[in-house]
This record gives sequence, structure tokens and C-alpha cells, in this order.
Amino acid sequence: MAEKEERLRRTMMFVPGNNPAMVKDAGIYGADSIMFDLEDAVSMAEKDAARLLVYEALKTQDYGNAELVVRVNGLDTKYYADDVKAMVKAGIDVIRLPKVESAEMMKTLVKDVAAAEKEFGIPVGTTHVMAAIESAKGVLNAPAIAASSDRMIGVALSAEDYTTDMKTHRYPDGAELEFARNMVLHAARAAGIAAFDTVFTNMSDPEGFYRETRHIHQLGFDGKSLVNPRQIAMVNSVYEPTKDEVIKAQKVIAAIEEARIKGSGVISMNGQMVDRPVVLRAQRVMKLAKVSNLLDEEGNYIEK
Amino acid sequence: MKNSVNRELPADLMEKLNYQGFESTEIGHPEIQRVAPKVHVSTGDDKVVDSVADVVKATVKDGMTISFHHHFRNGDFVFNQVMRAIIDAGIKNLTLAPSSLTGVMNDMVIEAIKAGTITNITSSGMRGSLGDFVSHGGLANPVIFRSHGNRARAIEHGDIKIDVAFLGVPNADRLGNANGMAGKAVFGSLGYALMDAQYANQVVLLTDNLVAYPNTPASIKQTQVDYVVKVDQVGDPDKIGSGATRFTKDPKELKIAQTVNDVIVNSPYFKNGFSFQTGSGGAALAVTRYLRQAMLDNQIKASFALGGITKPTTDLLEEGLVDKVMDVQDFDKGAAASMHANPNQQEIDASWYADPDNKGAMVDQLDVAILSALEIDTHFNVNVMSGSDGVIRGAIGGHQDAATAKLTIISAPLVRGRLATIVPEVTTVVTPGDSIDVVVTEYGIAINPRRQDLVKALSNVPGVPVYTIEELQQLAEKKVGQPQPLEFTDRTVALIEYRDGTIIDSIKAVKD
Repeated sequence: MAEKEERLRRTMMFVPGNNPAMVKDAGIYGADSIMFDLEDAVSMAEKDAARLLVYEALKTQDYGNAELVVRVNGLDTKYYADDVKAMVKAGIDVIRLPKVESAEMMKTLVKDVAAAEKEFGIPVGTTHVMAAIESAKGVLNAPAIAASSDRMIGVALSAEDYTTDMKTHRYPDGAELEFARNMVLHAARAAGIAAFDTVFTNMSDPEGFYRETRHIHQLGFDGKSLVNPRQIAMVNSVYEPTKDEVIKAQKVIAAIEEARIKGSGVISMNGQMVDRPVVLRAQRVMKLAKVSNLLDEEGNYIEK
Repeated sequence: MKNSVNRELPADLMEKLNYQGFESTEIGHPEIQRVAPKVHVSTGDDKVVDSVADVVKATVKDGMTISFHHHFRNGDFVFNQVMRAIIDAGIKNLTLAPSSLTGVMNDMVIEAIKAGTITNITSSGMRGSLGDFVSHGGLANPVIFRSHGNRARAIEHGDIKIDVAFLGVPNADRLGNANGMAGKAVFGSLGYALMDAQYANQVVLLTDNLVAYPNTPASIKQTQVDYVVKVDQVGDPDKIGSGATRFTKDPKELKIAQTVNDVIVNSPYFKNGFSFQTGSGGAALAVTRYLRQAMLDNQIKASFALGGITKPTTDLLEEGLVDKVMDVQDFDKGAAASMHANPNQQEIDASWYADPDNKGAMVDQLDVAILSALEIDTHFNVNVMSGSDGVIRGAIGGHQDAATAKLTIISAPLVRGRLATIVPEVTTVVTPGDSIDVVVTEYGIAINPRRQDLVKALSNVPGVPVYTIEELQQLAEKKVGQPQPLEFTDRTVALIEYRDGTIIDSIKAVKD
């Protein structure tokens, strides 16, 4: 696992790497992660221009606290090597490799990233990686892919290529993705990294978007890849904890604090011992409550 | 000489035209004398004429001031017909004093200037080829730009003395009772034209729809009208306003609109009975949508919406979220149709709307105004008149007037393409920073330090980062760099009046 502390990754917003206006404005929408795309969004003729644009943007623009991700071109393309070098040099947080089918592919990326880090005098290990899983083979190898490197921060399911590979297409109920979603999610959880659900491209179907987001939230995904900034608030609203959840979590946090002051190793609430999973969930709820603007300056729940 | 917003003004012109420099947004309580028009007495039975050329010959003489309204916007067929007849009649040295000039009039104005027919212009604004022409020194005398409220003031004072007003209407009877609501080319409120009808020495109506006498409701009355000219068509209904209003899907505009809404909702003015003016841009329409939801969520109703009206605003009226719409002009067909149907949508003239020298104007009662900008500087001064190349390409509209609201919000992107919107000094000061309270961009907001009450109210709104205006300016500069300074000649091509008739800035010819 690449990080000690888990960070929120509800929203990973795709930004076409060849669009200066969108690259410039990517930071204003409050996405947890911004993913600059050098791959499918960019035509062959613009590959070099997009790489330069994203490089310059990373060097000059302030994207606040967002995690910065770049989707490089695939291992089998002639753009891949330059993409990796330029992005490592620019100090990108995460490199996302598309169409990953095996742990070996991630290991190749990690080797190339490490070489680039050495070349540009960046401490080795700084740059994180993640895998996009887009085929049956990738799904079946997901556990090995997820555990392939200490630099891994997450795996993402990419449904367009995957459903084609499976000789189906996307349906409103998502039944065709159920196995892949669970496989990718379990692989991520077993490896202690994040799991990202696929994009939902039909902007004129907000109900469908909410339905799918509620579903993957229930399964346990960290968040979703997004194609439009307007989807950010929608995802965040699904991930926003309820008032009951917040108040319960506050009680758990108070019990932890009480145990700490007492010097007691055992946390108890209403005479019952509080298990570690309950503590972890409470901490996650409070973190979500904070970013969802549900708490005032003293940490009290704001009545709506 | 410099005025109080530190603008160097052309001393010779100021003296020649008897102007004072801008000092303050405060109007005070002076006593003023209004003027009255000449009346050529008639029983009204001989007003209808068939020929524009005949009526021009009967009314327009060398050296006169003529006026038009711009309610037909880019669907106007009246201006070009009348100006053609005036140019062809060989009339010279006219002052053109329309409520504003739209793109469809540009070529004709340029032709009239070249022919010596027009030698002076006062307008709310100009764009496109005419703006280019004037900015390159095409007109010998400086254009005088006035806000809608200021035009009403200037007409009432006699600063603009209209000899003949040519007013297109979608209906009129044989004596000149007319409104903007029925007929083919309807535009709703006649707000700006009502000033001309009331104060011009001679009023000529042009209509393609002569209806039975007496025509009601009569916005323009037979007591004001000298001639009624029957023409084939007064306007193109499809170009008067936008058709069905579409909400923007641009995520950046939506983000700005949402922040504007957050500012309003968290301000002390968002309470039952508040009032607002929005405007017509994509972001303004989206603000209306967010505001509607906030009003529903908080069970708050507005007492009135003011100014240029769009369908989203009349929908609020329909829904009972707004008690009255005070309507000086309509930007789309929905708003125009609503004026016809809903008695709570009141047509108001430009004086009632915004004239500062008044016994109370609507803008004096306004709580919240949302306005746009081409540029805003670190003194909060706003430019809505000259582009990044220094060329005239805008209109004051009601900007200076509505900016006197209790909460004036400028909504604008931090940068447009390669251009910074927030700059160290605006190219042209149109609305003084003293009347601006909050600037909203996609990155966050800046609050005028004069408004410490708003600083307090808006400093902890979730998702609304507060910057100083200097910080926003530097952020913009970091993104797009520092432009080369614009180069102008010494020749003054336009003077910008503040709404009280003082000069807030001048525009020089651009250097080629």
C-alpha cells in the first residue's frame, strides 16, 4: 500500500489532456482526484501537444488539494515511454495505466517510473500508480494486479472495453458488470488500495447516474470515474453521511477520546466494548461529514 | 484633470461640453427642473401616413436630434427604413440619440456618419463594426455613453432634447395608442421608448399592425403621438429575443451561478420580501434557477424582480415566488408573452426604473443586483464597454443604475481564454468600485473591504473561498501572464457619463 493514511477518492474527474481551457479550469470543481487523459481523449496528431500541455499545467497551475492523476498511453504504444517520463518529471501524483491485464504490466510501469525518477532527481518511490482494468483477463487477474507494487493506490474498472470483451454492452441495471465490480473491489480491498467504478456517460439521465452511484456506494467502492464536472456534486451527495450516522460516529469518537484520557486500552460506549471496525467506520464517517460541509467549526452537526 | 476614480479626462472637451468629472455615487437631494415637449395641436384625425419618406420630410431638419428605441434588438426593421429615408433626403448634422444601438443598425449608422447625416451620437452602447469604426476615429465628435437611467435623466433635464422620435410598435390605432404586447413582432415592455414618447417634440410611430381605435392597453398614448406610419414589417419576431430559454450546461458558468446564489442566500438580504435584478446571460439565468430552489427550501418570497426580464423570472412570478415583476424590457418571447397575460408584471419606463434625479426610482429600492463585467480592477471598478483590444464593444445598459443596489454582485470568470477578467486597472471605468460589493468567479469571491458586514456574513460559507481582490487579480495574472499595455492616440472618441451626468471616463481612439 502506497500511503499510510487513507484519502477520500469519491470522484476522479476525466480531463482531456488536449483541451487547454478544461485543463486550466480542472481545479475549480472540487474533484477529489483529477485525471488528465493523454490516451483515448487525444487523437494521434495531438499526442505530443497534449503531453506538453499537461506537463506545463502541472508545473504552473494550482489544483489545490486534489490528487493529480494522468492516464498515459498504453504499454504497447509509441507514446507510452515519453508520457511516463514527462509526467514523472512534472511531479504527477499518480500514473494510471490503461488496459492492464497482468501484474507484469504494472511491474513494467513501476520499473519505468523508477528509472524516470532517478533520471530527473526525484526521490524514488514518490510517484504512485494505478491500474485500469478493461478486459476479462484483467478482471480475473485483478488480485495480482492490485498487489503488484507498493506504489499502487487503486484499481479502476473501465466498463466500455470490458463489456465489449464480454460480448455484451451496458444495460441500465448493470447486471453485466456485477462480477467485474465485485472482483475489482475485492482485489482492491485485499491489497488495501482504492477501488474506482467506471464512468457513466449519459448526462441526460441523472436518475440512472444516481441509481448506479448508490449501487457502487453500497458495494463499497471508494468512488467513481467521471466525465463531467456536473457529476461531482451528485456523487458527493450519495457519499454524504446521514445525520444519524454522523451523530453515532461522534459518540464513537467521544468514547475513543474518553478511553485515551483514562489511559484505557478498551473503548466502551453505553457499557459495550467498541470494536476496531466500528472505530474505523466512525472515523470515515467523520471525514466524509467534514468534506460534505455537515459540521460547523466546533465539529457539531449543522441542521439543514 | 482627474476625477475621483483617478481617470485623466480631456480638459478641452470637458470645458467645451460643460462637463464635470465624476465625484461620488451619492446623488443627494438637489432640486432640479424638468423640461416639457412642444405640442403641435391637433384633434388627431390626420395622423396616419403611408410613406416614411413623407414623414421624414415633414419632421426632420438639419441639426436636429432624432431617437429610436432598441426593443426590437437584432430583429429591428424600423431603424434602417427611417435612416435610409433621412440619408436619401440629404439631411445633415443630426444627433442620433437612441436608447441603444444593436448590430443590425451598424452598417446604416456608419453610412450615415460618412454621409454627414449623423455627426453626434449618444447611446447606451455599440458593438461590432460600429464600435470598430468609432474606436478608429470614424466619428468627429465623441460619442456620449449613458446608462438607461441616465438617459431618462438627461431627457428630463433637457441634456438630450429629442426633436423627433421614431418608435416602432407591433400595434397602434390611427391616433397612436400603442403597446408592445400584441401583433407579430412583439417585444413586451416599451420601457425605454416611453421616455421618447413623453419628451420628444414630435413622435412618429411606425407599425405593421393598424388596429381599431381606441387601442388598449395604451402604453404610448394618443396625446403624445404626431404621426402613425403604416409599414410592411416592423421587425423579425425570431430575432427580437431568444426563443425558448435554455439553461447553460457549461459547468464553469453553473459553478459561478451556484456561488452567486450562495452569496445571496448567506447575505443579510435574503429574507421575505427581498428584491432582485438578474440580467440575461447564461450564468444569470442559472442564478435564477438556483435562487428559485433556495427560495423554496427556505420558504422565502421576493417582493419584486426588476429590470430586463427573462422567462425564468416570469416563471417565478407564475409560481408565486415573486409578487411583482417590474419590467423595463423583455429578453425573450416567454417574458414578453407573460407581460400580456399577467397583471402582476408591470411595464415601467426608464425613469421609474432607474433615473437618479427622481422622487424615488425602482433601483433605489433594490436589494440584490447580479451584473456582468468585461473587466474588474482591484479598486472594484467595472468595465462593460471596451474590449481587451481597447475597442468599443459593449453597453452600459442598466449597469451603473442597478449597481446602486444594497448587494451588488459582479459575476464573471476569472479569465476568459487568454484574457484576465480581474486586472490591476480596467481599460475603461463604467461603474465605480464604490457601488460594487462582491465579485464572484469560478475560483472564489472577493468582497469590497468597504463592506465589513458582508465580509463577516460571507467568510465561512462552505465551498465559497474568500480572496482579496488583489489575490484574485494575481491568480488571474499567474494563469494568463501580463499583457502588453494597450496603445491609444490622443483623440477622444467617447465619453462615459456616470448616471448623474458627470464624466467617469473617456475612450481614446486605438492606435493602428
